[in-house]
Amino acid sequence: MNGSGSNPTEGTRSVVIEKEFKHPAEKVWRALTESPLLAQWLMTNDFEAVAGRKFQFRSEPVPNWNGVIDCEVLVVEHLKRLSYSWGAFGHDSVVLWTLTPVEGGTHVRMEHSGFSADQQQAYRGASYGWQKFIGNLERVVERLG
Amino acid sequence: MKTANANPVFRALADPTRRAIFEELTRQGEQTVHALTRYAGVSQPAVSKHLTVLKRAKLVRHRREGRETHYRAQPNALAPMVDWLDQYGAFWRKRLDSLEALLERMEP
Repeated sequence: MNGSGSNPTEGTRSVVIEKEFKHPAEKVWRALTESPLLAQWLMTNDFEAVAGRKFQFRSEPVPNWNGVIDCEVLVVEHLKRLSYSWGAFGHDSVVLWTLTPVEGGTHVRMEHSGFSADQQQAYRGASYGWQKFIGNLERVVERLG
Repeated sequence: MKTANANPVFRALADPTRRAIFEELTRQGEQTVHALTRYAGVSQPAVSKHLTVLKRAKLVRHRREGRETHYRAQPNALAPMVDWLDQYGAFWRKRLDSLEALLERMEP
């Protein structure tokens, strides 16, 4: 259910996709953060790479959905990390992009997490490890077939 | 994307204590409210409240036996969450292909 290179312990919480591009990080960063470029591969948007800025992605409305995704920029670390909340269907999730320069290009990791950042934060402090929970959940999900 | 129905499941499992209770039930099988209270280390009313949320998300079922209420996990209720992951997995893979195509078109 996940992209290649995903951590199995994250399996039931996040979609993780990793990909290497034969382009420098500066260029990938532009495609991720310049609104007109972002519109060309993702969705129409009013994105600005400023932490705390609220914005929307808009796609074609479908029955029972107006096509709007309400977002807020959470993290902007120039050329390295970009994160925004992703609110659709009344459910808040979080998208995190991590760019790492590699020989001849850029390694891009996209994680779309089903739980918002504060929910994960809260859990880290709890006495029950996320990993343990997810480990169990994985087995449960496997049995679903 | 039809992910609306994943909502109650995510919401129910967003809370760490509820996750812990659900995990305990998937691991140990059926448990009484008393046993779950001992396990969770919070008050019984708090545990009951958490169980109500889990029940609404159909993640647990209960039955009464004498004075005790027994709960058990309903792992099938996780299916909407699995669907959510599947759908966004497919969505992002497609978008990343488009991103690659865009990078090819862009000036260096």
